[in-house]
Amino acid sequence: MTADFGTPTPWQIATVERVVVETYRARTFSLRLAEPRSFRAGQHYDVRLTAPDGYQAQRSYSIASPPPPDGSDAAGAGLADVIDLTVELIPDGEVSPYFHEVVQPGDALEVRGPIGGPFTWGSDLGGPLLLLAGGSGIVPLRSILAHRATAAPDSAALLLYSARTPADVIYRDWLDAQAQCAGKVAVRYAFTRRPPPLWDGYARRIDPPMLSDCIAALAHLDDAGRPPLCYACGPTGFVENAADALLSVGISETSIRTERFGPTS
Amino acid sequence: MTTRGFFGRRREAPPRPIPPGQYLERGFPVLTAGPTQRIPLEQWQFSLVGVDGEPLGQWDWAQFCALPQTEVFTDIHCVTKWSKLDTTWKGVTIDDLLAAAGVVNTPPYLMAFSYGGYTTNLPSWDVLGGRGMVALEFDGKPIEAQHGGPARLVVPHLYFWKSAKWLQGIRFMDADRPGFWEQYGYHMYGDPWKEQRYWGD
Ligand SMILES: Cc1cc2nc3c(=O)[nH]c(=O)nc-3n(C[C@H](O)[C@H](O)[C@H](O)COP(=O)(O)OP(=O)(O)OC[C@H]3O[C@@H](n4cnc5c(N)ncnc54)[C@H](O)[C@@H]3O)c2cc1C
Repeated sequence: MTADFGTPTPWQIATVERVVVETYRARTFSLRLAEPRSFRAGQHYDVRLTAPDGYQAQRSYSIASPPPPDGSDAAGAGLADVIDLTVELIPDGEVSPYFHEVVQPGDALEVRGPIGGPFTWGSDLGGPLLLLAGGSGIVPLRSILAHRATAAPDSAALLLYSARTPADVIYRDWLDAQAQCAGKVAVRYAFTRRPPPLWDGYARRIDPPMLSDCIAALAHLDDAGRPPLCYACGPTGFVENAADALLSVGISETSIRTERFGPTS
Repeated sequence: MTTRGFFGRRREAPPRPIPPGQYLERGFPVLTAGPTQRIPLEQWQFSLVGVDGEPLGQWDWAQFCALPQTEVFTDIHCVTKWSKLDTTWKGVTIDDLLAAAGVVNTPPYLMAFSYGGYTTNLPSWDVLGGRGMVALEFDGKPIEAQHGGPARLVVPHLYFWKSAKWLQGIRFMDADRPGFWEQYGYHMYGDPWKEQRYWGD
């Protein structure tokens, strides 16, 4: 188990290569690592900021990009020299506003990783996959989806993405392209505040009937009709609700993996 | 390394020092690898197990509540970077638990195990002498399921993943072995003041 998940490195310097504006409050930062590392889809990095007086702030950010193809490190995994982190702006926050207001290409940041074990996916785990994202909880699920496309293209996957409004959806073009080109992937949105006009999709929080519906749709995509492996990620309240709803529609506890981003809401 | 353009936005200075790399949180975030466990009190059982798997003591909810109850007032520190000050926990100290079970010689290590399969390892010293308890109440109320109720371990001087939620029992060990997060690269001991988050720290 140890080699697979990688011991987090000591702190290292990453150079910001590119900043992409994803939505009005989400940006993706491509970081070039001084010391390339392998990682599993779903893992995160810690970022540490240091003020001139020595004060430091640390936060965790999930890797949005997929692990590189198998390669040459000791465990046979590929080394990633660039990782993408997507940071959602919490206006009264400390670290996310720094990313949005200050960070630009060429900046150096201290990072360490990869970190995280249970909330990861690799082709060894197979499918079908039911991915439940709440807000910025999409970030590690994007890595999993992108990794699935090359590592296990025959595994079916359904992403159910809960966002306030369509303007809050991160990676929209990429997600819709996944659903269109690959017959085994479906993407559904649930808008909790302001659905678009004439929207015939979900317009409420995730609940058991919605999950039953998605599980049935996923069973159509999966030839064997096996029960799904489920990943739920987002703010604590979202994950609590999603995990409880999964249990209530009969998904076994051992098939549910969770990552809680935020405080209790 | 100083980070360009970062000056910190400390909204409030902690009234006393908090461990390095931590920030002050008023809410109560949750770190759990799976769904919240919901254990009905009438099914709840707590066991103390010896190094060879021999039972040393077992309690149901009513029996456990009848053990001496102690209150502790303390700060807690989660490896995901938040610290919460001035929390109150009430429950049974490990000292009282061992006394109730008649255990005299405590083996050097223990594995806390939980409903749902979670485990975490600790040196026994770190839960003795009033340093650890099985808490049943948080801030004067039964502990909510999402925060580890009905009963959770509380060992406040170590990162809070050591304070296993949904505690089902404690198994003693002759040698230290990694628990759940520890197998995934989290530190075997986890002292927040030494910032022992991950292997090698
Ligand atoms: C394992 C892990 C992975 C993470 N991955 C990502 C990621 O990929 N992208 C990402 O944007 N964030 C991610 N986060 C959250 C991130 O670490 C920070 O918590 C977040 O950026 C807020 O930090 P801040 O310093 O801006 O706000 P803080 O100064 O920490 O908080 C300011 C206020 O906002 C509240 N708050 C904090 N976080 C949230 C939130 N998510 N929603 C609503 N209110 C909040 C706080 O309680 C506080 O009141 C992850 C967290 C964890 C534990």
